[in-house]
Amino acid sequence: MMNIPLNIVSTVHDWLFSIMPEGVATVTEWIIVAALYLALFAVIGLYLVLLERKVAAWFQLRLGPNRVGPWGIFQTIADALKLVSKEIYNPARVDGFLFKIAPYFVIVGALISMSVFPFSKQFQAFDINIGIFFLFSVSSIGVIGILLGGWASNNKFALIGAMRSGLQTISYELSVGLSLLTMVLLAGSLQLSEIIEVQRTGGWLILQGHIPAIIAFMIFMIAGTAETNRAPFDLVEAESELGAGFHTEYSGMQFAYFFLAEFINMFIISSIAVVLFFGGWLSPFGITEGITWFPEFLWFFIKVLIIIFLMMWFRWTFPRLRVDQLLTLEWKYLLPLNLVNLVIMAVVIWLNWTF
Amino acid sequence: MSYFSDIYNGIKTLLTGMSVTGGYFIRARKGSITQQYPDNRDTLKMFDRFRGEVVMPHDDHNEHHCTGCQKCEIACPNGSIEIVWDRQVDPETGKKKKMIDKHIYHLSMCTMCGLCIEACPTDAIVWAQNYENSVYDRALLTKVLNQPGSKVKAGIED
Amino acid sequence: MTDQKVKTKMKTEEYFVNMGPQHPAAHGVLRLLLTIDGEIIKNVEPDLGYIHRSIEKMCERDSYQQIVHLTDRMDYLSSHINNEAVCLTVEKGLEIEVSDRVKVIRTIIGELTRLASHQLWWGVMGMDLGALTTYFYAFRDRELINDIFEETCGARLTMNYFVPGGLMYDIHPNFVKRTKEFIAHFKTKLPEYDRLLTGNVIFEKRTKGVGMLTKEDAIAFGATGPVARGSGFASDIRKKDPYSAYDKVDFKEALFTEGDSYARYKVRIMEMWESMSIIDQLIDNIPEGNIKEPTKAVIKLPKGEFYQRVETARGELGVYINSTGTKNPYRVKFRSPGFSNLSVLNHISKGVKIADLVATMASFDFVIPDIDR
Repeated sequence: MMNIPLNIVSTVHDWLFSIMPEGVATVTEWIIVAALYLALFAVIGLYLVLLERKVAAWFQLRLGPNRVGPWGIFQTIADALKLVSKEIYNPARVDGFLFKIAPYFVIVGALISMSVFPFSKQFQAFDINIGIFFLFSVSSIGVIGILLGGWASNNKFALIGAMRSGLQTISYELSVGLSLLTMVLLAGSLQLSEIIEVQRTGGWLILQGHIPAIIAFMIFMIAGTAETNRAPFDLVEAESELGAGFHTEYSGMQFAYFFLAEFINMFIISSIAVVLFFGGWLSPFGITEGITWFPEFLWFFIKVLIIIFLMMWFRWTFPRLRVDQLLTLEWKYLLPLNLVNLVIMAVVIWLNWTF
Repeated sequence: MSYFSDIYNGIKTLLTGMSVTGGYFIRARKGSITQQYPDNRDTLKMFDRFRGEVVMPHDDHNEHHCTGCQKCEIACPNGSIEIVWDRQVDPETGKKKKMIDKHIYHLSMCTMCGLCIEACPTDAIVWAQNYENSVYDRALLTKVLNQPGSKVKAGIED
Repeated sequence: MTDQKVKTKMKTEEYFVNMGPQHPAAHGVLRLLLTIDGEIIKNVEPDLGYIHRSIEKMCERDSYQQIVHLTDRMDYLSSHINNEAVCLTVEKGLEIEVSDRVKVIRTIIGELTRLASHQLWWGVMGMDLGALTTYFYAFRDRELINDIFEETCGARLTMNYFVPGGLMYDIHPNFVKRTKEFIAHFKTKLPEYDRLLTGNVIFEKRTKGVGMLTKEDAIAFGATGPVARGSGFASDIRKKDPYSAYDKVDFKEALFTEGDSYARYKVRIMEMWESMSIIDQLIDNIPEGNIKEPTKAVIKLPKGEFYQRVETARGELGVYINSTGTKNPYRVKFRSPGFSNLSVLNHISKGVKIADLVATMASFDFVIPDIDR
C-alpha cells in the first residue's frame, strides 16, 4: 500500500516525463520544486510573524491581532501589502550595487538550507551524503548579507550594527557546529535521512544519548538563538540602543526580506534541532507508523512549532545581554563546555553506554 | 568550582523567570486585560466623579441655576470660561439684576482642574462623564453652556 | 594604557552621537550629546528645555489655589505629592493646621502615588533592558491604583485633589475597600516581580557594578531620593523632616551602600514594600474631622519667604514661595529632584559602554517634565 504523497510525487514525475522530452521534463521538475519552496518560504515567513505576535500578546496579558480576519490570520498579508506599496529609495552615496544585492544573500542562504530538510520520507529535495555539513556551511552565507548591508548603507550606525551582528553570528556558529558534531558522532552519519533512520530504530537521539545529548541540546538552543540575532541576544536591532542596526537604510520590500529572513532562520535552526535531536518526521513511540495515509510532515511541523515556541518564550522573558557579555558567554562558557561534552559523548559511545 | 555553581545558579534563575511568563501564557484566555474599546461602548461606564466635560444642567422648564456672578470666571486659571452678562430689570422684584446672556466654555483650553465647579455658589455647573470629545473642527470646542431661550430659575441667589 | 600611547600608535576618532530627543529609552524628551570612542563613552552632555512650559512664570500670575494644578504636570507620576508640597507651603504661610483626617488621607494617597510611580518605573526598567513583558505586568497592576484615584478624584493622571486648607471633597465611600483589595492583590504580585526580574542572572549582570555613584559624590551633586539612598546617603525627607502623618507611622528607610544600579533597584523595591506597610497601618483608622479648613476666597500670604520640602517618588521636591502680601505670589521656585540627579550622569558615565548608560538612566528614573518644568 503506497503512501498517498508518494503517489503524488511519482505520478507527477511520470506524467511530466510522458508528455515532454526528458531534458525539458527535468527542467520543469526543477522549476516546480523551486516554486514550491519559494511559496513555502513566503507562507511560513508570513505566518510565523503572525504567530510571534499572537504568542507575544498571550504572554503579555492581551489578545494579539484579531481584527483582520478571524484570529487575525490576514494580518501579515495586510502588512506585506503595506510593505510592497512603500517607496524603495536609494540614499545618496550608497554603493548602489552592493546595497541592492545585500538582502538577496540572506534569502539565498535560507532557501538553500531549506532545500535539504527531510519534511517527510518522500519530501526531500536534496538527499546528499554530506547533509549536515552542507547545511551548516550554507547557512553561513547569511553573514555576508548582513555585513554588506551595513557597509553599503554609508551610515556609521548601520556599520556598527552590522559589525556587531557579524561578530555575534560568527562566534556562535562555532558552538552550533560543535554541538551538531556531538550528535553526528552518536548518529554515525552526516546524511540527514540516515540520521532519521537511526532514530526510527533506536529511539530519538536525545534519549539515546542521555546526558551529553541533553547538554548538547541546551547549548544548541542558546547558540541557535544567538545566531539568528534574537533576544536575549538582539543588541544589534534593539530600539533602546542607537539606530536600528544594519537595516536602518532599507525600506519597503528590502526591509521585508531581512525581516522574513530572520524568521526563516529561526525556522531553520528549529528544523535542525528537530531532525538531530527529536526524530524529524517520526512520530513519538511510533504511534502512527501503521497508518499509511497519515501525512508524516505534520509531525515535523508540530515539533518545529514547539521548538519555535521555546525560542519565543526566551525572547519575551529575558533582558538583553551586553555585547561583551555575549562574547564572554560564548568563548568562556559555551565553547569549553562544548569541547568537554564532545569528549564525554565519544567516551559514552566507546563504552557503549547509550540506550 | 564556582564556574559550575555559577552556571547552575544562572540556569535556575532563568528557569524561574520563564515559569512566571509561562504561567501567564497558560492562563491567557482568562487573564487578558484588553478591553475591546469601540465594540463595548454600550457597557462602558465611567465613575461618578469622572471629570469629562463641564456642563450646565437644565431642568424640564429649560431653566438653569446660573446667576452670572462670575465666580467661575475668576477661579479659572487660564481663562477657559467667559461670561457675557448684562444688567436687566428682574421681573419679580423690579430692580436691576445681573443676568447672563451667554456662558462660553472653551473645552480646548480647559485643564479639568475643577476649580470653577468648586467656586460656583449655586451648583450651576457640574461634571459630565463623556470622554469622546474629539472633533474635526476646532471651533466646535468652544461651547455655550446655557441653552438658547433658557433663563435662571426663580429664587436662586448667589 | 595612557592616552599618549594610544594617540601615537593608532588613530581612532571620537565622534558625536545624539541620543534623543525622541528616543524609546530617554523617558521623555531628553537630548544627550554623547562623545563616543568606539563603544566607550567619553562625555555626556544633557540638553534640556524641550518641554519647558514656564510653570514658575505662570505661577506668578495665578492665585494660590490656582498654582496647585500646574504642579500636577511637573512630575506627572507623583502628581498628588507635588500638589501636597504646594498646599503645605501655603498652609505654612497662612499658619493653619489641617485636621488629622486630612493628614491621614494625604499620607495614604501619597503612598499610593508612590506605589504607582514605582510600578511604572519597574515596567520601564525591564523594557529598557530588553524584557518587554514587564511593562505590561506593571501597567496591569497600576490600573488598579488609577481606578482608586478615578473613583475619588475623578482624574487618572492630573489629579488636583488637594487644595490649600485640605481636600477638595471627601473621599468616596468605596475608597477604603478598594485600597484594601488592591494591597491584598499587590502583595501577591510583588514576589512575582522579584522572580521575573530581580534574581535573573542576565539582569544582575547588566546592573551590578554599573553606574557607580559614591556617597561623597551623591552629597556633593545634591542627589536625593532612591539615587542617593542607593549610595548610602540617608536622605528620606519623611524621616528627617516629617510632614502630614509620617511621624505617626512606623517604617524603615530603604538604604543600601553599593551605589550601583542594582542597589538603586533594590531601594525602590524595598520602598514599595514599605509603602504598603504604611498604608496598612493607616487605612483602618482614618479619623473623623474637617475636610477643609475655612480660608478666605482670596488667599493672601503675609510678606516673607516660605519653603517646604516633600519626598516624591524621585527625590526631594522643594517649593519656595516669596510673597509680597498680594494675592499672587511674587516668585515661586521648585527645586526639582530630577535636575540634581541628572547632573550626576556625566560624572558616572565616563568610560562605560552605551548599553550601560541605558541601564543607568533606567535606574535613575527620570521624568523629563520634572527637570524642565
